[in-house]
Amino acid sequence: MNLDFSDDQKLLQEEAKKFLTKEDALKINRAVMDSEKTYDQDLWNKIVELGWTGIRIPEEYQGLGLSHLELCVIAEELGRQLAPVPFSSSVYLFTETLIEFGSEEQKHAILPKLVTGDVIGTLAIAETNSAPTKSNISVELKDGKLSGTKIAVPDAEVATHAVVVAKNGDSVSLCVADLNSDDVDITVQRNIDESRGYYSVSFDGANAEVVGDEESGWSNLEKIMDHAAVLFSFEQIGGAQASLDMANTYAKERYAFGRPIGSFQSMKHKLADMYVALTLAKSNSFYGAWALSSNAAELPTAAATARVSATKAFQLCSQENIQTHGGNGFTWEYDCHMFYKRSKVLSLNLGSLPSWREKLIKSLEQANIKL
Amino acid sequence: MDFNDTPQEAEFRAKCRAWLEANAELKTKKTNSGKNMNLGNKSLLEAAAEWQKKKYDAGWAMIHWPKEFGGIGATPIERIIWAQEESKFNVPKGVYEIGLGMAGPVMMEYATDEQKERYLPPMAEGKEIWCQLFSEPSAGSDVAGLRSKAVQDGENWIVNGQKVWTSGAHFSDFGILVVRHDPSLEKHKGLTFFFVDMKSPGIEVKPIKQLTGGSSFNEVYFNDVVIPDSQRLGEIGDGWKVAITTLMNERLAVGDADGVDANEAFELAKKHDKDGEQLIDNNAVRESIADWYCEASGLKNTKLRTMSALSRGDTPGPEASITKIVSANKLQAIGNFGMDSSDMSGMLMDEKSDFIKFQMAWMGAAGLRIAGGTDEILKNIIAERVLGLPQEARADKGLAFKDIPSGS
Repeated sequence: MNLDFSDDQKLLQEEAKKFLTKEDALKINRAVMDSEKTYDQDLWNKIVELGWTGIRIPEEYQGLGLSHLELCVIAEELGRQLAPVPFSSSVYLFTETLIEFGSEEQKHAILPKLVTGDVIGTLAIAETNSAPTKSNISVELKDGKLSGTKIAVPDAEVATHAVVVAKNGDSVSLCVADLNSDDVDITVQRNIDESRGYYSVSFDGANAEVVGDEESGWSNLEKIMDHAAVLFSFEQIGGAQASLDMANTYAKERYAFGRPIGSFQSMKHKLADMYVALTLAKSNSFYGAWALSSNAAELPTAAATARVSATKAFQLCSQENIQTHGGNGFTWEYDCHMFYKRSKVLSLNLGSLPSWREKLIKSLEQANIKL
Repeated sequence: MDFNDTPQEAEFRAKCRAWLEANAELKTKKTNSGKNMNLGNKSLLEAAAEWQKKKYDAGWAMIHWPKEFGGIGATPIERIIWAQEESKFNVPKGVYEIGLGMAGPVMMEYATDEQKERYLPPMAEGKEIWCQLFSEPSAGSDVAGLRSKAVQDGENWIVNGQKVWTSGAHFSDFGILVVRHDPSLEKHKGLTFFFVDMKSPGIEVKPIKQLTGGSSFNEVYFNDVVIPDSQRLGEIGDGWKVAITTLMNERLAVGDADGVDANEAFELAKKHDKDGEQLIDNNAVRESIADWYCEASGLKNTKLRTMSALSRGDTPGPEASITKIVSANKLQAIGNFGMDSSDMSGMLMDEKSDFIKFQMAWMGAAGLRIAGGTDEILKNIIAERVLGLPQEARADKGLAFKDIPSGS
């Protein structure tokens, strides 16, 4: 029985933590929030130098050839310190798609450049304010050209390429487009988290190349979403843990009515509830990591379980962290809001909590899985 | 990551399994739905005693105990493996757990060598049943506020007072007992710990009828009960320290709330027709079941993390402290859901119907949220012991016990 990371993986996590602490990622995140920027170039360059963008890329494409488990421990640390970099877009979404479904030729052309940072990728799905489905995608791929507009595309400004979910005849295909092309127009969209960039991306006959089976775009997308759900769940438990730690420290330091507020049962129970939610989420994320790294048949259920629990935990912890801080928690000056906003962005990026509960039930109906 | 046993663990599991298969019946879907089914014409006490003796004779009764008391010195992970395998079989439960799980460790730690030799083997063999006498009418969550009095009289102590919520007192041979030997000392300092023969003159056991209609608890009255000083466990005034050993074991023992879970809710929702429509097609039902599934799965995976640490030979983290809070509340919610699914007739009970398990869950869960530490006390424990938050300001601090306000 071993539902835990190996000593080597824990060491990698410890190093990631030290690196991000030394760089003061949280402070960088605040600087990004206070500026027009939506990411930090210097921190990103250092992350590329450390080789993190190539963790899962096989050695034949100049990557490190490690497993999803190594990616999970890095994700937890990036989430804990809210690192404002396009890592999740490029690694969990774009790179995963290429590794899973890219042709040999596509892999040779793109994967080595993801390792060096010459290519940064993202994934473009949403088009309207309804949840995307197989039948409502309208951005179209015709004769190798893309037309139409995607919205809420993460990191599109810094990204050089995007995997685009497109209507292709009667089916849906995934295709790769060069975002630097003249036929692509990228406009920043205001969003709740000033440290993350979301964009509308309009294609006007831009060249695009299909990735994976032409007819299986939607089911391939669902598979990538399962991968990403597990990886993001680690960012979420990292952020939830950081929020709980902040609340805990504050509850011990802040005095009211002549005693630390953490000595009041109402506060203790609040923090205990946060701990309970976080522990459930963490255990489910570990299980998701197992299912992902071993490509188990349980992955759709495990991923949705991790996603639902981690979303609930991060939202609860970040929101109750503000409550614990009282008026201070509502200020720009305290860090609480950065976690609150990130928790909401992360709860939406792959689809909302209700959508994932629905996915979970569907997976149970299909798999007839028993606890 | 993997879910495999190590080769030694696999070998041990196979051994457990082989013996169990030769001596008990595997649970089937039918027998799994309730505890203690298929007792035949035996009483639960008889059946439990028979099973305990069988295990003892083969060395499976208390496997983590040393050999001289009937164990095999098993490791914590082997203890879990045994429990996992035994739980797959239809064997009687509910008689020995408290004695073996709570009185056992205290006797092991505080009794004299002669006492251990005298009392531990019969406890493991099931010849003698033990109970735990801690709570009192005015001392529940604040169990250190207990008032039963012990006065020293030469080589003996004379005990007067009342205990409550004592599971199995009516069929127990011995009990472990905390009493107040000096009310002029501070609350925690005036306590002393004993074990007592439940057949002693002056002990009176009265069953408590629970809201379920059943009676597994008792009130136990002490009227001038004589306990020899040789049955004192720990020093005079160390009662709280000794009691804590037991309470820690109790929290481990209570653990998961047994009963209907996300799976049963899911099955029920798929079956139930309402205007020709399955409940599972209702969005609110889907969301609730998804959340229960995530909780159930989170508890299961938390357990696996604890086991992973034990398997490596490490001390597990505090993660298991969430188990009872989550599982008892989930049980209550699922019981509720089950009855709601039958709408206007959800209150009707039918012994012959499988549906009754939702009603029993709903009733039982109200007790499970209290037993072995209320939700509120368990949250305090997480906050103080896991998160390190400071203790609540207390109105009884530094006062002699007799001067503490009691509201009466």
